[in-house]
Amino acid sequence: MHWQPAASLAIIRQRAELLSRLRRFFSDRGVLEVETPLLCSNGITDPSIEPFTVPCGEALTQPRFLQTSPEYAMKRLLAAHGEPIFQIARAFRDGEAGSRHNPEFSLLEWYRPGFDHHQLMDEVGQLLNDCLGARAVETFSYRQLFLQRLQVDPFTASSAELERIARRHIDPGSMVGDRDMWLELLMSHLLEPQLGDGTLSFVYDYPASQAALARVVSAGDVSVGQRFELYVDGVELANGYCELTDATQQRQRFERDNAVRCERGQLERPIDGYLLAAMDHGLPSCSGVALGIDRLLMLMTGAPCIQDVLAFDWQRS
Amino acid sequence: MANYSTSEFRSGMKVMLDGDPCSILENEFVKPGKGQAFNRVKLRNLKTGRQWERTFKSGETLESADVMDRVMEYLYTDSEFWYFMEPDTYEQYQADAAAVGDAHLWLKENERCDVTLYNDTPLSVAPPNFVELEIVETDPGLKGDTATGGTKPAKLVTGAVVKVPLFISTGEVIRVDTRTGEYQNRASKS
Repeated sequence: MHWQPAASLAIIRQRAELLSRLRRFFSDRGVLEVETPLLCSNGITDPSIEPFTVPCGEALTQPRFLQTSPEYAMKRLLAAHGEPIFQIARAFRDGEAGSRHNPEFSLLEWYRPGFDHHQLMDEVGQLLNDCLGARAVETFSYRQLFLQRLQVDPFTASSAELERIARRHIDPGSMVGDRDMWLELLMSHLLEPQLGDGTLSFVYDYPASQAALARVVSAGDVSVGQRFELYVDGVELANGYCELTDATQQRQRFERDNAVRCERGQLERPIDGYLLAAMDHGLPSCSGVALGIDRLLMLMTGAPCIQDVLAFDWQRS
Repeated sequence: MANYSTSEFRSGMKVMLDGDPCSILENEFVKPGKGQAFNRVKLRNLKTGRQWERTFKSGETLESADVMDRVMEYLYTDSEFWYFMEPDTYEQYQADAAAVGDAHLWLKENERCDVTLYNDTPLSVAPPNFVELEIVETDPGLKGDTATGGTKPAKLVTGAVVKVPLFISTGEVIRVDTRTGEYQNRASKS
């Protein structure tokens, strides 16, 4: 029986210090700490994220879902009060386990009314300099990054062209997929490991098909999702958006997600009516970001595995 | 045969891939916060010994391979085949040159070694990490020369040639690390 903790006492202390540091950072800036429910009526439609379901209970008239992120509830608070807010929360994602993933993990998520994604990237940079010591900041648009590193335009290249580049460097066997899958393969296997080497590397303005909950705008000849990701020492640390505020577009994206889920033989997910109603009422123009606290702690302590920074990892919980 | 999904892949697991039995060495889960999850899997082809990395979409499955590692006793060779015996059942297996590979340089009769069976046929043979073998041919020993650190080639009873210190003579038994082919020390004569 492994009853003992996975993390050392020194790392458990560093986690406590990190949490105080994060709270101090936001209270100094007048950002309000909030809490929202973990057990939610609606899951998430994103085809690549699976929530855990709590099927029954005395208080349940229908199954509920453990949150995969506090995003929807925090947006309802934004719609109601328009205050800058942050939350330190547990999130849960089924099937995500590995040296950088634990199915239950800690997220820092915050929202800044009036900020665009570039202003929020600046603030993420300040927070990380506070936690990791001073590091140079690099920013690349998604397009620049692919052009520079792989000599391919991710917005215009055909699926076959992306697949050819992938197969030059990676052995994906008989894998089949669409453009976005090949882009994700190139990003995760070839680009991500080299990003943020001693720096904070932000990648921004993703293809519209990967916008998730970001606003989509036209930029010259293409549409871009105003989304950004932060990479530090080859690790994906944060994902942010200049948030989509249009309820109609939001509903269409949820419906498209569900259509993809059906195609792939996944269960359809109920659409979060609370969020759509809040957006109908009016979500202020804002940017928001989620940052993995466990991964940040890995970077701060040099721990090679996420298990090393969790008091009790998935195998022991 | 059972099927294993990427999330079940563990180091040491034997699976069929592109028609060949392979051993899983490492399995890394790779997933961006948004988007497709992958597993980067390091494998060894058990037929060819080739090691490489294959990426799967998470959730893909592979069939398990009928591969078993057994400890067997090496009996003899007739130059075409090498014969091994399972000590508990006395069942004998013949392995061809492809399966034995370089291991023949270190096989000593009646010594135990690891034989990997695929569909009940030897696929590969691994000698113990250390073996003691007699020298059948080397230049005459220089008595008392233990300090200069020079070496000379010595042919062992199995045909392997290893570098030994100058003071070692024909007929002596030495201990060799089979992973590197390096001389370790003199062994007491058997």
